[in-house]
Amino acid sequence: MCLAIPALIKSIEDKEAEAEIGGITRRISLWLTPEAQAGDYVLVHTGYAIDVLDQEEAEETLRLIEEMAALGGEEG
Amino acid sequence: MRFITEFRRSDLAKGLITQIRHRSRTPARFMEFCGGHTVTIFRYGIRQVLPATIEMVSGPGCPICVTANADLDKAIAFAQIPEVIIATFGDMLKVPGSHTSLQELKADGADVRMVYSTSDALKMAEENPTKSVVFLGIGFETTAPTVAASILQAADKRISNYYVLSLHKLCPPVIRAILDAGEVRLHGLICPGHVSTIIGSHPWEFIARDYGIPCVVSGFEPLDILQCVAMLVAQVEKGRSEVEIAYRRGVRPEGNQEALRLMERVFEPGPAAWRGIGEVPDSGLKIRTEYQHFNAELAFDINPGPPSQPEGCICGDILRGVKTPADCRLFGKACTPQYPVGPCMVSSEGSCAAYYNYGEGL
Repeated sequence: MCLAIPALIKSIEDKEAEAEIGGITRRISLWLTPEAQAGDYVLVHTGYAIDVLDQEEAEETLRLIEEMAALGGEEG
Repeated sequence: MRFITEFRRSDLAKGLITQIRHRSRTPARFMEFCGGHTVTIFRYGIRQVLPATIEMVSGPGCPICVTANADLDKAIAFAQIPEVIIATFGDMLKVPGSHTSLQELKADGADVRMVYSTSDALKMAEENPTKSVVFLGIGFETTAPTVAASILQAADKRISNYYVLSLHKLCPPVIRAILDAGEVRLHGLICPGHVSTIIGSHPWEFIARDYGIPCVVSGFEPLDILQCVAMLVAQVEKGRSEVEIAYRRGVRPEGNQEALRLMERVFEPGPAAWRGIGEVPDSGLKIRTEYQHFNAELAFDINPGPPSQPEGCICGDILRGVKTPADCRLFGKACTPQYPVGPCMVSSEGSCAAYYNYGEGL
């Protein structure tokens, strides 16, 4: 029920935005993320953006996972 | 899809699994609190690839599952008022209360409508000025700010026929209640991702500090869960208990301050009844006096009568992590997703539905 999925903001009008979610355009509310800009990826939960996704952190996490995965069984 | 497919790479998953298998020495029981995590773990068969040292248990993180029958009966009672339109998220329709479900009432002519968002419910109120729209406010900290926003919008627009039945619940207090009950011993907690998007990681610190249990906030893709388990294993093996965030792209330590501000403006903490756990102080959200004209419980007289529990259903024990669906004699026989007896089989995130749909423990 706390499902939230990434969406790309296409345009903003007041506290609402047109956002693309998996190829489909939906109207979402920006009441909870007033800082969101067109071009941002946001997490959408029940029609509301609840967070602006952090691209750098996503890349950093993937790098970290790659490192952990590469270490694999070498240690321990 | 961006932010999703890259966290499903099987080559990286294999590496993480190998790492977990080599590093995990100490037997440890980890609880995934959130029903969304339960679904990922079952869908991708994560339990099966973890070493024997790691036992996973599912927690009470499914808002529909933990709603007590007395509260479900209230929602059902509102649906029986002729001028009321019930607006609800879809998962609620099939949940059986003490005597009936919203879906059965709808089949008998009650006006029960599924919405995707509180914005839809507000619009419904505007388009039906002679009716009263009651939105069923069920959900954790992820959902409560969206309901708060809808009440503030209704106030702004002077919409006077929109009401909320606030059955929202807060996660940290119930984890404390479960840990204090001492029935299930945990060595690590996978903290809910999108609840933490709102509240941040600080509210989990008491678990690491006071109970010595490592906590890691996880995302919802298979790599997220595996990374989270690897981080918990690292804490266990080094004897650490800290709060860490694996889901950094979607969770900041301080959470979403704007969402918290709106939630705080509209709601205040109050006691809430949890299925299988009982009443937990300050684990629910009541509508503040200032916004009480949106409170469905004050606007209508309902008399749902005393609640009753379905005979043989062990959802309560499952929600506390004490039993598994495989322990239930109704599971897969009298209780299936088509004909659910208990809520854990109804909600797509319920443990029983996950066991049933993905075959675990059969």
